[in-house]
Amino acid sequence: MRRVAVAFLFFAALVVLWDLAVRSGRWSIVLLPSPVTVAEYLWGAALDGSLWEAAWVTLKRLLIGYVAGVIIGLPLGLLTSTSQVLEDTVGSLALGLQTLPSVCWVPLALVWFGQSEGAMLFVVIMGTVWSVIIATDHGARTIPPIYARAARTMGSEGFHKWTRVILPASLPFLVSGMKQGWAFAWRSLMAAEIYVTILTGFGLGHLLHYGRELNAMEQVIGIMIVIVLIGLLADRLLFSPWERFLHHRWGTNVKET
Amino acid sequence: MTDTAPKLIVEGVSKRFATSRAAVQALDNVSLDIAGGEFVCLIGPSGCGKSTLLDIMAGLTLPDAGRVMADGKLVQGPGRQRLVMFQESALFPWLDAFGNVMFGLKLRPDLSSAERKKIAEHFLHLVGLEKFKHAHVHELSGGMKQRVALARALAPDPQVLLMDEPFAALDALTRDQLYDDIQRIWIESRKTIVFVTHNVREAVCLGDRVVLMSPSPGRISRIFDIPLPRPRDINSPDLAGYTSQVAAALKGTLRGSVSE
Ligand SMILES: Nc1ncnc2c1ncn2[C@@H]1O[C@H](COP(=O)(O)OP(=O)(O)OP(=O)(O)O)[C@@H](O)[C@H]1O
Ligand SMILES: [Mg+2]
Repeated sequence: MRRVAVAFLFFAALVVLWDLAVRSGRWSIVLLPSPVTVAEYLWGAALDGSLWEAAWVTLKRLLIGYVAGVIIGLPLGLLTSTSQVLEDTVGSLALGLQTLPSVCWVPLALVWFGQSEGAMLFVVIMGTVWSVIIATDHGARTIPPIYARAARTMGSEGFHKWTRVILPASLPFLVSGMKQGWAFAWRSLMAAEIYVTILTGFGLGHLLHYGRELNAMEQVIGIMIVIVLIGLLADRLLFSPWERFLHHRWGTNVKET
Repeated sequence: MTDTAPKLIVEGVSKRFATSRAAVQALDNVSLDIAGGEFVCLIGPSGCGKSTLLDIMAGLTLPDAGRVMADGKLVQGPGRQRLVMFQESALFPWLDAFGNVMFGLKLRPDLSSAERKKIAEHFLHLVGLEKFKHAHVHELSGGMKQRVALARALAPDPQVLLMDEPFAALDALTRDQLYDDIQRIWIESRKTIVFVTHNVREAVCLGDRVVLMSPSPGRISRIFDIPLPRPRDINSPDLAGYTSQVAAALKGTLRGSVSE
């Protein structure tokens, strides 16, 4: 309860500072709208539904692309961990492409898929899949060999070994890899939405983009706040439970990414 | 205290490890018969091939030459009849104590899930940890971890238990308690146990026979019979005579080789 109060006070103080900065009059209110204006915009956009619609469009793209990226990346990572040849080929490819900022996929996505949902999904998947491959590969390779030996003596082989021993044993790496994949996917999707107009749905990135076009800074800042909130919420809902599980079971604080 | 037919036969087993820098003859023509229900301790200086021999008996490592027979059948890989307990507990941190004991049981299709649960509970009770059924691995002390590991190894009802310095990392008090436990469990369950140790007193206290190995190349140098009555107390003066004999012979194996 105390932590909530402290956090609340901190953010309230930030808003007050922001408000004071606006009131000081040093910056034009066109460039720096007051918190009240931003809140009014968000309220209006929430009431007329445009905010929810955009958030839904964005989240749908993100979730579908992310899940697809994980479904592709997990088995590939497990495969690369088993064979030196796959590690040297697919593994190196993943390592190389992971260093590529995911916004760099946008031009290619446009050429290949046009201004379509496919392009968006492609960018999200490219943002996710390489991190997931690398984390899974690393996790499966670095599990203590004694786990595998103990499991073998008890008769665990093949599919059972992969699903009941190797995957859970590499869970600490998997969770941090999935988290990184999520962060990359989120960033790449925002970049793609700001960069590309897609007629099948306006996401949060589009609202941000049009805010700039219309010089409506309250919209730009409002949407930025929404994007931050969604990021925080996803962290709480998707990853915190796993991190708590790891913390309870492994007795470690899995804070590092 | 033993049945007649040998349970485990090690026949002329050799194993060589070659690394980029050197080659080690870890085992050279080692032969040993172990009777059903026997408690055999392997002792010897570090690097004499005790763990390698145990791994070969388990089927985790294959020998270069020679063979291991278990119940008259050639050992070609790990089998549920021979379970291993390692120096570190090797408990799975993603499972609780009960889940760890259930792991091997779940791989036995002949049991119903109710039977599995009952067996797991029985063995947790046997090692005195029924209260810690749902404890996470990292919440258990070193001694408790080894008890859970023991329960996990016993639960699938293997005929042979292979133990590689299972108590080496524990404090003396906990160890003394576990000597009592392991003897009690062994007497009740009539398992065949091969127990690797560095500790002469431990070997004499637990073993029907103490097998002394010598390094480079790894060989069996002497076998001592320990015909003392059971259960034995690690602090009993009866052990002293055998302990000094084995200790003297162990010192002999160190001469001319790298000591610990
Ligand atoms: N996987 C391996 N690769 C290379 N050399 C190995 C390997 N395993 C064991 N050896 C070597 O084989 C020899 C015997 O090793 P082993 O582990 O069986 O000894 P040990 O008697 O169990 O020693 P300790 O008492 O220290 O556990 C050692 O010289 C060791 O360096
Ligand atoms: Mg050893």
